[in-house]
Amino acid sequence: MPGEARKLTVEDLKRIKEEHRATFTLREGGYRAKVTVNMGTCGIAAGAREIMNALVEELSASGAKDVIVTTSGCGGLCSREPMAWVEIAGQPVVRYCDLNGQKIKRILKEHILDGRVVEEYALAVGDETSY
Amino acid sequence: MGNYRGNLVICGGTGCIAGGGAKIRDAMQAELAARGLEKEIGIVMTGCNGFCAKGPIMTVYPDGTFYEKLTPADVPLIVEEHLLKGRPVEKLMHKDPVLKRAVPAMHDIPFFNLQVLRALRNKGLIDAEKIEEYIARDGYMAAAKALLQMTPEQIVNEVKASGLRGRGGAGFPTGVKWELCARVQGDVKYILCNGDEGDPGAFMDRSVMEADPHVVLEGMIIAARAIGAHKGYIYVRAEYPLAVSRLQMAIDQANEYGLLGKNILGSGFDLDVEIYQGAGAFVCGEETALMRSLEGKRGMPIPRPPFPAVQGLWKKPTVLNNVETYANIPPIILNGAGWFRELGTEKSAGTKVFALTGAINNIGLIEVPMGIPLRKVIYDIGGGLKQGRQFKAVQLGGPSGGCIPKELLDTPVTYEDITQTGAIVGSGGMVVMDESNCMVSVAKFFLEFTTDESCGKCPPCRIGTKIMHGKLKDITEGLGKPGDIELLQDLAHDIINTSLCGLGQTAPNPVLSTIKYFRDEYEAHINEGWCRAGVCRPLTTFYIDASKCIGCGACARACPQKTVSGEKKKPHSIDQSGCIKCRSCYEACKFGAVKIGPGSLKQKLLEEAEAAKGVSE
Ligand SMILES: Cc1cc2nc3c(=O)[nH]c(=O)nc-3n(C[C@H](O)[C@H](O)[C@H](O)COP(=O)(O)O)c2cc1C
Ligand code: SF4
Ligand code: SF4
Ligand code: FES
Ligand code: FES
Repeated sequence: MPGEARKLTVEDLKRIKEEHRATFTLREGGYRAKVTVNMGTCGIAAGAREIMNALVEELSASGAKDVIVTTSGCGGLCSREPMAWVEIAGQPVVRYCDLNGQKIKRILKEHILDGRVVEEYALAVGDETSY
Repeated sequence: MGNYRGNLVICGGTGCIAGGGAKIRDAMQAELAARGLEKEIGIVMTGCNGFCAKGPIMTVYPDGTFYEKLTPADVPLIVEEHLLKGRPVEKLMHKDPVLKRAVPAMHDIPFFNLQVLRALRNKGLIDAEKIEEYIARDGYMAAAKALLQMTPEQIVNEVKASGLRGRGGAGFPTGVKWELCARVQGDVKYILCNGDEGDPGAFMDRSVMEADPHVVLEGMIIAARAIGAHKGYIYVRAEYPLAVSRLQMAIDQANEYGLLGKNILGSGFDLDVEIYQGAGAFVCGEETALMRSLEGKRGMPIPRPPFPAVQGLWKKPTVLNNVETYANIPPIILNGAGWFRELGTEKSAGTKVFALTGAINNIGLIEVPMGIPLRKVIYDIGGGLKQGRQFKAVQLGGPSGGCIPKELLDTPVTYEDITQTGAIVGSGGMVVMDESNCMVSVAKFFLEFTTDESCGKCPPCRIGTKIMHGKLKDITEGLGKPGDIELLQDLAHDIINTSLCGLGQTAPNPVLSTIKYFRDEYEAHINEGWCRAGVCRPLTTFYIDASKCIGCGACARACPQKTVSGEKKKPHSIDQSGCIKCRSCYEACKFGAVKIGPGSLKQKLLEEAEAAKGVSE
């Protein structure tokens, strides 16, 4: 864009706005889905970084603009790390455990983007009391 | 562009940069790279967040954790704990003076969450140097609507219906001003923006220009279309280098994208905008003086009429609006006058930005709905007075304004109600004062400012303010005479009635309002030689009340003259011969044992001490 002069139209304004939606979803809230990767000591030891890397990479590639990724401390179930929680607006939290890069990519595609819980990796659905 | 899982929004405003904000960014960049997080976490530099006293500040998204007073040494800790492990660092969070605890998230901090951001809606949210981020927040959509879907009359009517009044000080209805100019025939008209911001302590406009420069341009495009102008100037004081460079960058980007220049957004409408750097004289903020200054002449006011809407810059029809006024325009055009009126009162619609400073806990820039009681601003947003202090007055409107006392703290902040008290909303300076402020000295401070800044054209303003300042100086030095108060009042009315411009017409306000509410203080100065606040040295004696002193020695340790003495746990006393009246002991004593007496007390105490010596010898 920079360099050569480019005259914008209203359509261009709308397109630029759409391109930057992910950034402002992050800063202003209003996201559709939130993935929390447990990054406590045990999580990191168990390979939470690999999960995080795979997630951020795939998410960028997918072009999704309404998903945010965040971290939390120890999930309290160290033996089943790496773990991640998926929250989709209006639905109960789904906790996934024993993750690896492949599994999180599948979760991203099937659950976060397409809305189907990946039952076989899920530890529990719902709040703290469920485990 | 890739998606980030987190954004670090670091304040790049003048205040935070002065406190080392750029070093935080550099340290953060290095640390993220060292930890391999640079593709996951993005760094954004914004303009001023309005909380400069706590700077350098940074907000971490998506969680919104707010960190204050950062140093580069804090950076590795934040990266390790918060960004890697997801555990926000409590010791770097904001400690709220009212809630008395650390508040993790920006949106939970009373200072921020009681505000309503309209003019400042992009504050701390966008990278001020990226036009795409402005566009992503609906930027230039209002200009598009105004240029492609509305007639000039419709724009004028929308702004008129909104009830928006000029935010630069006088509060003149913006739509009415535009209508006057739109009706004047003429091929050449000018659209101007006033970014002179001359009130001491004010930084509302600087903050908008630094944090969101495109909003100024968008407001000007819409106004230009409404009145039929094709050339615009932004008048900014040269003391605002960051504002100037951000605005220039914004103008260049807008030109490149066809949002300024010829045929904007394919509408056939042309507008060029240039920056003019003023030398920073207060009077140059006055509209006719500003136009003379732009013409390359000396910045002196001229009589109106003719009004600038008819004969302004180079005698052509001109509209001048304030920075904050322009920042309100795009949302009015996008959302309509009805939306704008959802906040504020009938005659004072919308929100207003204030620079809140003085003796309160939370100092900073705030935007609040008009009609909010002063008390709420000072105690809820401002976090109340600093520990142990008593509220005395709040000064509104700077050198043109006045002081509002405790009894009137429930006054709603509207143009009408504030004017009723003898102060003005003005451009939005709000200085909170406690019992350690001497009101005569406050008046003297403002008069000194206006005496210096008077352009000298009108004798009542040039000479009258000087005489008033001299009288005030006399009173603070113990040379006041009975009748001085009446003399000040008479002079004030003469100056108000016979000065040409707003400077002279409002310069006496700080004196009149302090006489109105704190006349007893003037009288104590003149009749008793006593400045009860202990500010005017000739009218003050510091002494220790033996019945209250527990002998902690705090006063003695604080005294630079080593003139306080006493045994531990026994009442202390001040040897007046060495005292320079610096207040240190008064501030240091936690038991209220150090007292402020009239100036004449010093001599009495000296004589007593002399006599006591004689007896003991
Ligand atoms: C002495 C004096 C100084 C002024 N300084 C400023 C200033 O710094 N910024 C400003 O916007 N208006 C200032 N004004 C008000 C302007 O004359 C003018 O009313 C205003 O810029 C118009 O814009 P508005 O209607 O959007 O407020 C000043 C007025 C006077 C009398
Ligand atoms: S009132 Fe004062 S500042 Fe204004 S024109 Fe007259 S002399 Fe100049
Ligand atoms: S006013 Fe200052 S100089 Fe005087 S006694 Fe107190 S601390 Fe010492
Ligand atoms: S400069 Fe950072 S808050 Fe004002
Ligand atoms: S020394 Fe007197 S009260 Fe502190």
